[in-house]
Amino acid sequence: MTTTPTTHLTDTQTQALLLKLTVLADDEIILAHRDGEWTGHAPILEEDIALANIAQDELGHAGLYLSLAQTLGGSDPDRVAFWRGPDDYRNTRLVELPKGDWAFTMVRQFLYDTAEALWLEAATRSTYAPLAEIAAKAVREEKFHVQHTALWVERLALGTPESERRTQAALTELWPHAAQLFQPVEGEAELTAAGILPDLNAVHARWTDLVTRHLVDKCGLTLPDAPTTQPGRDTHTHHLAPLLEEMQSVARQHPDAEVW
Amino acid sequence: MTHPTPAQTGITPGETAEQHAHFEARIARGEKIEAGDWMPAEYRRQLIRMISQHAHSEVVGMLPEGEWITRAPSLKRKTILMAKVQDEAGHGQYLYHAAETLGATREDMLQALLSGKAKYSSIFNYPTHTWADVGMIGWLVDGAAIKNQTMLAGCSYGPYSRAMVRICSEETFHHKQGKEMIVAYAQGTPEQRAMAQDALNRWWWPAMMMLGPHDADSPNSGVLTRWGIKLKSNDEVRQEFINEHVPELLEAGLTIPDPDLHQDEQGNWRHGPIHWDEFWAVIRGEQGLNKERLGARQHAHDDGAWVRDALQAYTDRQRAVAAD
Repeated sequence: MTTTPTTHLTDTQTQALLLKLTVLADDEIILAHRDGEWTGHAPILEEDIALANIAQDELGHAGLYLSLAQTLGGSDPDRVAFWRGPDDYRNTRLVELPKGDWAFTMVRQFLYDTAEALWLEAATRSTYAPLAEIAAKAVREEKFHVQHTALWVERLALGTPESERRTQAALTELWPHAAQLFQPVEGEAELTAAGILPDLNAVHARWTDLVTRHLVDKCGLTLPDAPTTQPGRDTHTHHLAPLLEEMQSVARQHPDAEVW
Repeated sequence: MTHPTPAQTGITPGETAEQHAHFEARIARGEKIEAGDWMPAEYRRQLIRMISQHAHSEVVGMLPEGEWITRAPSLKRKTILMAKVQDEAGHGQYLYHAAETLGATREDMLQALLSGKAKYSSIFNYPTHTWADVGMIGWLVDGAAIKNQTMLAGCSYGPYSRAMVRICSEETFHHKQGKEMIVAYAQGTPEQRAMAQDALNRWWWPAMMMLGPHDADSPNSGVLTRWGIKLKSNDEVRQEFINEHVPELLEAGLTIPDPDLHQDEQGNWRHGPIHWDEFWAVIRGEQGLNKERLGARQHAHDDGAWVRDALQAYTDRQRAVAAD
């Protein structure tokens, strides 16, 4: 991996980076949406506050990625978020699944936050300065998310028999989808070789080690077998279409509106 | 012959005239009463009633706007709305803590809310029909709330007063974002303008009413005023609200749904008659979404029971380990 600063992107690099930024933003937007469904309905008031905070951070990261994409020739961030349908969204299945119970939400958030924190930490060393700056900003927030969700998973896994059962059930359902977070986009290898993007395989290995230590060693949970192959990010479960329909309903009722 | 009640006199059997004189002298000097200080039982009772009702209003108040988080039409609006509803949860939290300093417990207060024994502001029983309602709630409902809360920031009970200072600064942001939204829509597409006007038509009178009955019909005001909890009357606060908001709404190009609204010689805006029947019907839960709002809270509470049990079990286990 090179460490020479990247000051100019080739056309293929630009296209690949645009796609990567969209993929990253899509995960953030959809997960923030699912988290936002809890606001006002969390099990304790303190979590109405904490989870809303996490969701705002994720939306903020989406804004950073999409703004950078816009400077590379991408569309307006709201256009990208509110005017693409399920066929064009590139989020993982992990984030689009319904919010489930509190264990499901916390286990999902933990799996996602650990992956995001490790990826961002590596991306702070990107040779492409605009991305390194975004990563430096976002990684500080992600470290708090990881602390928060790791502790929740621990408390639920080591709480009562019911909470343990629910936490294990959530992990069993979510685990097969988590590997999708580490699928490269088309052209990613070239960006990695140029030091623009982190080495995804290395991030995946670190993540597997980190979550195994926490979930298995500390929390006593069992990791199910993960499928050896994953569907692409262009195929979704039936849960994404209704999510987008709701999320985009107001924006699409007013196609002429210029200001929101 | 019937004796006056503590609610009327402020004096509970067992309390002495000296204690009361000393207490009222402190209030007259502008001192704050703090958690451990002697206070009349009736002062404590009234404060717990008011603060917990205020906390419940924040918590139930998350619901009407919270419904729109999943439909906010831009990334910026979605983030702002989440931050705003999050703030309401935070306000509920400070206020429950303020009430706890008087001996109330969060569990008891929540039970009182869920059982319908405790009230919350009936403004939150009105439905939100369109996205513009989110803006109008920020501008008018939070605008009215700020007037009341600014007054309460000067109240005699220290923990309540300090909670209010913090809450007011966040409410100012809520008010500003609501106003900014509605002003933008009033200048937007014809559909956005119609949506803003429709929201004003539905929220104007509820916002006016949320500041409470006319002074002559306000049952708790006497003792609350004497003890420095309530520093202004409902009608005074309402007048401040109208004087600020009427010119701004008119400047935005919107029509206020009150044909009798006019400015008097002193420059005060005078409103037409308020239909209090609706206000009392909503308070009694006969009109509006009382059942749905409490149902949503009950649902969240019941669904979260296993989570709270797990937290308790985990904490107990950690303590047992630490004690070994």
